[in-house]
Amino acid sequence: MRVKEHPILNFNHQNEIHFTYNEKPMVGYEGDTIGAALYDNGIRHFSDSVVHKRPRGLYCAIGNCGSCYMQVNGVENVKTCMTLLEDDMRVISEVDEDKDD
Amino acid sequence: MFKKTGVPTKEMIRSRFPKDKKVLFRPKAIIECYDEIPCNPCETVCPFSAITIGEDINAIPQIDFDKCTGCGICVHSCPGLAIIVAMIKNGKAYFKVPYELLPLPKVKERWLAVNRNGDVISKCKIENVMTAKKSTNNTTIVTVSLEQPYLYDFITIRRPHE
Amino acid sequence: MINRDLVIVGGGPAGLSAAKVALDAGMKVTLIERFNQLGGQLIKQTHKFFGSKLQYAKTRGFDIAKILIDDLNGFSHDQLEILLDATCVALYPDKVLTVYQYGKYMKYNAKSVIVATGASEKILAFENNDLPGIYGAGAIQTIMNIYGIQPGKEVVMVGSGNIGLIVAYQLLQAGVKVSAILEAASYIGGYLVHASKLKRLGVDILTNTTVKKAVGEEKLEKIITVKLDEKWQEIPGSEAEMDTDVLCISVGLSPLHQLMSMAGVKMVDISELGGLVPKKTCDYETTVDNVYACGDVTGIEEASSAMVEGRICGLMAANHLGFKHPNGEQLEDDLNNQLCVLRQGPCGEKIRCGLKKVGEI
Repeated sequence: MRVKEHPILNFNHQNEIHFTYNEKPMVGYEGDTIGAALYDNGIRHFSDSVVHKRPRGLYCAIGNCGSCYMQVNGVENVKTCMTLLEDDMRVISEVDEDKDD
Repeated sequence: MFKKTGVPTKEMIRSRFPKDKKVLFRPKAIIECYDEIPCNPCETVCPFSAITIGEDINAIPQIDFDKCTGCGICVHSCPGLAIIVAMIKNGKAYFKVPYELLPLPKVKERWLAVNRNGDVISKCKIENVMTAKKSTNNTTIVTVSLEQPYLYDFITIRRPHE
Repeated sequence: MINRDLVIVGGGPAGLSAAKVALDAGMKVTLIERFNQLGGQLIKQTHKFFGSKLQYAKTRGFDIAKILIDDLNGFSHDQLEILLDATCVALYPDKVLTVYQYGKYMKYNAKSVIVATGASEKILAFENNDLPGIYGAGAIQTIMNIYGIQPGKEVVMVGSGNIGLIVAYQLLQAGVKVSAILEAASYIGGYLVHASKLKRLGVDILTNTTVKKAVGEEKLEKIITVKLDEKWQEIPGSEAEMDTDVLCISVGLSPLHQLMSMAGVKMVDISELGGLVPKKTCDYETTVDNVYACGDVTGIEEASSAMVEGRICGLMAANHLGFKHPNGEQLEDDLNNQLCVLRQGPCGEKIRCGLKKVGEI
């Protein structure tokens, strides 16, 4: 959920950005990274660990941990926490299909 | 215990107030900075040179109540929100406190008065709200009044229905 | 291959400060930043900073970032090249750097390099610590203060250092409930003014308490806490359950040392400084000629010190290559004095001890 009012900060949540996540339409705002927009849309399971396939979340959100890799517009292993959201982006999670969110 | 809870003892609190209550017939800054941290804005912003820290900015601020006018510039300058202004007027305790949450109180509203342990101790009346602006680095200063016996207990305000 | 006098890796408080001084001295500088804006972690700091006027005390962190970025206005593109969304993926001993940006690799040949890569967050070992819903304090700040998203309904904070306390307060400002702050040690780790601020708002700091286990299927549902004795051993039977959808881990930072390790800089492991740090001279030069380091990558400290270190580093890099800063000598004395003052109190003991060890090893 977005912060509606904040005592110190001003957020500009005006210009919507439309994208899809696993073919599902979703909405974020201009300035969001893909990761932030997904988080706001309720996505918590961002990837699976390589060996044991355990669910991973947006752990560091600044490009250090590698838990948020997804396929974006056909390119694999994109750091969604560092990549700005763009209109009509096609985001696909790299988690196993049978245990999708 | 202070280092375990963040709640100063009664003695610590009293040590930051003037010894003679009558001094508070005029507004005075109460500086609750008990920790030696590298910080000195309270000293450098005071227009009356009432607060002294010195060369070593880790030293604990000392206040000269003769010089302090209770103007409150230090209240919104303290990065630790550790300064309030206290005054006794017509048998009531008046405070200026920094407030950085929303929604803001409105003048004449009754809010809850809270002590340093986070407990509600009484009700208080909102006397003035100086809303956040650039000169206060976005900290709102709220003036409240409550019964004088809470002079040493009161520290901040809380929205009534929480 | 692009030739530059100085390449700075990292556009946070240290890197920005280094750039300003080096530019003033006449160097041609490239500043590399991984994120899409400059400022590093300052951009998500909503609290007013400590320190003195010289480090912008009483100014909020994101406003300090603006000041440092504005300081770089007015330099031509030839003097200052800023690369955003750019990752330095390699640093070689001959000061050649590989930079990745927008799907392309670029090579830079620098006369000197300043590494100001900052730090990454430490994780805590407990069962199921990888469940979604468990985040580093930095991630919570990013989600909340940059994108304006509430990370969850309620948050349990692990760690009562300054970052834990500050982020807990920021959560309250963003309208999120903070159920408790857990601290494994017997005492609060951060500045007590921060702790007092939280306590009066009704947030308890539970000392001698840590998280033993996280519970949840696909995401966090609750945690099991446990009490610790004075020797950090679990007290049997003291386990308790807490429902929460977010657990925020704030148990310290480690320097992002990888580039320096790659360049062959001699590194030393100093626990007081957060882990592997470069061995360096008092001129901030590492064991590889004309490779400098400043800020958290040389030891975890406050942003105030990182800015001052950055300035010194920029000055030293310029000096060594014969670039004269207009008032270099006085600046050097002032800056060293500032660091001394920031570190001389009881809060600076750990860093003083760590820095002494770097010198001794």
